[in-house]
Amino acid sequence: MTDLLSARGVSVYRDGKTILEDVSLSIGEKDFITIIGPNGAGKSMLLKCMMGFYAPSKGEVVRRAGLKIGYVPQRLVADHTVPIRVRRFLTLRKKASRDVLQKVAEETAIEEILEQPIHVLSGGELQRVLLARALLDEPDLLVLDEPAQNLDVTGQLAFYKLIEQIYAERDVSILMVSHDLHLVMSSTREVVCLYHHICCHGEPNMVTRDPEFISLFGNDMARLMAVYNHSHDHDHDHDEGSHPHDHGHSHTHEHLEKLDG
Amino acid sequence: MITAIPTPTNIWKSLMVDDFILRALAAGIGVALIAGPLGCFVVWRRMAYFGDSLAHSALLGIALGLLYGININLGTVIICTLFAFLLVWLQQRRVLATDTLLGILAHAALSIGMVALSFLNNVSFDLYSYLFGDILTVRISDLYWIYGGGLVVIGLLVFNWSSLTLMTLNEDLARAEGVNTVWANILLMLLMTIVVAVSIRIVGILLITSMLIIPAATARQLVSSPENMAIWAAIFGLIAVIAGISGSVEFDTPSGPSIVTAAAVIFALLSTVAAMRRRA
Repeated sequence: MTDLLSARGVSVYRDGKTILEDVSLSIGEKDFITIIGPNGAGKSMLLKCMMGFYAPSKGEVVRRAGLKIGYVPQRLVADHTVPIRVRRFLTLRKKASRDVLQKVAEETAIEEILEQPIHVLSGGELQRVLLARALLDEPDLLVLDEPAQNLDVTGQLAFYKLIEQIYAERDVSILMVSHDLHLVMSSTREVVCLYHHICCHGEPNMVTRDPEFISLFGNDMARLMAVYNHSHDHDHDHDEGSHPHDHGHSHTHEHLEKLDG
Repeated sequence: MITAIPTPTNIWKSLMVDDFILRALAAGIGVALIAGPLGCFVVWRRMAYFGDSLAHSALLGIALGLLYGININLGTVIICTLFAFLLVWLQQRRVLATDTLLGILAHAALSIGMVALSFLNNVSFDLYSYLFGDILTVRISDLYWIYGGGLVVIGLLVFNWSSLTLMTLNEDLARAEGVNTVWANILLMLLMTIVVAVSIRIVGILLITSMLIIPAATARQLVSSPENMAIWAAIFGLIAVIAGISGSVEFDTPSGPSIVTAAAVIFALLSTVAAMRRRA
């Protein structure tokens, strides 16, 4: 197994409630997995367990030895009481050479703001700074916890585009939690739909046709996503796109069986 | 006796200043140098109320020290540490909000301390000097506590500086990068108990928090890096201590309020200058 990080039968119980129930998830090399699910579904908890912040009540999280993870939190509360410039923030606890810092700054388009105090940055700039920090040690895996939650729609689009670009250019796997269904569906390679347990798991256009997805997000949302993916498929993937409605369910389940097996 | 005192005070000695003033200055300077940098974290992490509560609980430490003949600094460190751990334990049970817990613990400790002290009728005891500081009470042994404790505080602060700063900006990020945030939080609390314990003689229980907050808040207006804020907080604390103690000697005012008055004046002046500069 060359899995970078995997959760095996992870369950979390808190205050008598089940937050996660028997969740198994593996991230291999060059994977791009997005966890979606309604509020309170346990997405953040799953991420925190996988990061090792919390020990699961049952099950285990296995991390490949020497794995380097770059973590992008939901947001940085840019507090004006702490005086710190972007450059200093990036190098807190990190030993990055000037060249590496420069390269990452260009990649995330933050060269212009390196000398600015972080509390004057916009939401989008802050997220790019966090992303830059995560990239500084050349991570094998990027973990992002709803990274675009506090951005406007344009900002979200730009941020996800940047993530895709990084995924394309670097030798990195990505595990992301997201709320922004419409954006995720167009960009990610693999979606895990979570509601305390894993409801469905697969390529975005298949997941949207899964009955569990439909029951979770409602028919309207599912149809919206399916329409969205339909048109998306026509642009990029003619085989799948030509008969999306006939093949949907069986495909998803096949895919799930494969993953489970 | 005087030989134990570091060089800056020798200059004062040559000016024929009394021993007790030298001791007070040495103590005050020590307190300012520790409280400034640690005070930055108090400001950044909004621990002001915690610091205040910790200081209140110190009165119980003093009472125990006097009752059982333990060194008062030691008694204070012990009680404040217990207080900090009790608070963390109660916080983790998440039944009540932190400010409620602090209010309960602080005032309970203060009251129990006062009750305990009322049993000490036969011992000469000046409550006022513990509440507001009294430079006449500073002994050489207190200087050992201040400089010994100070070295520990500054050493640990410098050693853990990046981790603590990162944790202040984002706790999850720090955890993801390998900082033990539980330990780091406990460390900050322990450092505060040391500062509280060693500051009582000079600034008094009721005003300790201001030595942590005012110099750091003053420094914030000038700087653009966390490290510079720590350095300038120490410098502003130093100026306030020297001005306050000089004033206290000159006008026979209590040392704590004199120092804090000086610190507040510096803060007001710099805030005005900073505001004017921003408008210009």
